[in-house]
Amino acid sequence: MATRNDTAAPPVKGGAAPGRPPEDAAVEKERRRRDRLSRRWQRDIRWSPYAFVSPFFLLFVAFGLFPLIYTGWASLHQVELTAPTDMNWVGLRNYTRIFDDDFFWNAAKNTLTIGIISTVPQLLMAMGIAHILNYKLRASTFFRVAMLAPYATSIAAASLVFVLLFGRDYGMINWALDTVGIDAVDWQNDTWASQIAVSSIIIWRWTGYNALIYLAAMQAIPHDLYESAALDGANRWQQFIHVTLPALRPTILFTCVVSTIGASQVFGEPLLFDANKGTSGGAEHQFQTLGLYLYEQGWVAQHLGRASAIAWTMFLILIVIGIVNYVISRRLRASS
Amino acid sequence: MTTTVTPPETKPVEKTKGPRLPKSARAGGQLHGGPIAYAILIVFTLVSLFPLVWTAIAASRDNQRLAQTPPPFWFGSGLFDKLEIAWKDANLGEAFFNTTIVAGTSALTIVFMSTIAGFAFAKLRFRGRGALMLIVIGTMMVPPQLSVIPLYMMVAKLDWTDQLQAVILPSLVSAFGVFFMRQYLIQALPDEIIEAARVDGASSWRVVWHVVFPAARPAMAVLGMLTFVQTWNDFMWPFLVLTQMGNPTVQVAVAGLGRGYTPDQSLIMAGALLGTLPLLLVFAIFGKQIVGGIMQGAVKG
Repeated sequence: MATRNDTAAPPVKGGAAPGRPPEDAAVEKERRRRDRLSRRWQRDIRWSPYAFVSPFFLLFVAFGLFPLIYTGWASLHQVELTAPTDMNWVGLRNYTRIFDDDFFWNAAKNTLTIGIISTVPQLLMAMGIAHILNYKLRASTFFRVAMLAPYATSIAAASLVFVLLFGRDYGMINWALDTVGIDAVDWQNDTWASQIAVSSIIIWRWTGYNALIYLAAMQAIPHDLYESAALDGANRWQQFIHVTLPALRPTILFTCVVSTIGASQVFGEPLLFDANKGTSGGAEHQFQTLGLYLYEQGWVAQHLGRASAIAWTMFLILIVIGIVNYVISRRLRASS
Repeated sequence: MTTTVTPPETKPVEKTKGPRLPKSARAGGQLHGGPIAYAILIVFTLVSLFPLVWTAIAASRDNQRLAQTPPPFWFGSGLFDKLEIAWKDANLGEAFFNTTIVAGTSALTIVFMSTIAGFAFAKLRFRGRGALMLIVIGTMMVPPQLSVIPLYMMVAKLDWTDQLQAVILPSLVSAFGVFFMRQYLIQALPDEIIEAARVDGASSWRVVWHVVFPAARPAMAVLGMLTFVQTWNDFMWPFLVLTQMGNPTVQVAVAGLGRGYTPDQSLIMAGALLGTLPLLLVFAIFGKQIVGGIMQGAVKG
């Protein structure tokens, strides 16, 4: 409202004598115009931020939030794939059914082990590679781009190649093991071997990417920190432990969260790794993940309701993991 | 063509004046890599590239050769024949066309929406900004896989199976994009320029068009490329709603080749190779920018 007075001020400044109607009208008109503009201006300032962020939120509600909530609703119904719009209320029966299913627990266990054996070595290696990339190097751009090539490779292509590389009889890896005197490993049917093989696809695709993320964080560490640590007599390893790692803590946490979420969703790799082209993750379900189990229940057994219950269970697990993560990071921050 | 996104803050190594420090003081990014560092990097690079090269080798051999030990280490003569057969068998022509449309539309839309939203979060003051930004970050924690069932029901109800909009629409939600643009604009767009435009009487929309977009262009290019790559490689959702012979994306077509009844492994490799080549090409050309973009997106407040 202050603007209204402001805009009215200029004519007075001219010091013109009062009582000249035509000019007054013009002033009045000008004042109104400015008023209108200023009101539009204010409206613009006030509402345009919401207009700018609304497309994202509208899409998120339509294709993220609503489906997520609706999954919970569908999980309380019997829904068949062939008639996805017919829903019969069954209460918690979908949940009791999957909790009674050994293959659910098997898939949960496999997801956990594949998650661990794919994430932990991946992030450790990424950290090492990032540390090396942080040296002054020739051709550093080449190395960075080259290690991102697996990231450019799709899950589908990568998985199909790894099936061949991990072939029991003619695969490259067993051949290499043979040359150093190790017996052929059955990468398809052995539980541990198959899970390692599936994890290796994930490790291969994501290590370079995570290395770049760590590298970016390392480059943001101020050099004086290293210099004062060195003056205090810290050797390079101690510098890494006491300067680099603490400075990287938020980034490490970030990659852990992202990898955890990714690991809970593993689907394409075990689907395509199965040489028998099934959906059960190997003949004995030895590398079936929760994502694959969800697909098998929903699209092969055609129980969308049960698949929804699996999805919602995964969501609850993720929330628990998220809370644990949050608490741990809180603790770490408090202790430092 | 100034598409360097790296913020100016990362200055090159500064020569330390004053008292000489012990060697280990020049730590962090300052030491030159020794032979061991190079050896490790070369091994890692080889491991990264080998499966890709070997895909081409396997695609150039026939099936009998792949069922022998030792496995082939060098190219045979059949590469182009196999590529041609795979191209037809996997419906790859249509798949490339479709994927280009899907990834292109998705990238353009996400870049546009993320830029205006990122600008609002970075530079405009409005009630609920902090809370809304927290929600954006929170949505990054919700994996899209958990939403596939209702989306599938929606697609079935609308009769969108095998139609590209079924793939495009859900792919448009990108919290990462909003976050990425916000981080970039906070430092790349000085407040004074916006204020100057405001004083000249520019509306918010004109500010976006004439000030924000030009300033954000490098980051928009990087976000566009990252989104394109990601959408190009999306697997589960397209796999659920598209079929190989209906209207596939590249991933659906390649997966269909792998899961079909063709016993011809080298043909599968040819398909996998074809599906990967376009992106490898993009990385070969824009690798530096993409690397910069990923690293830029990583350093966050």
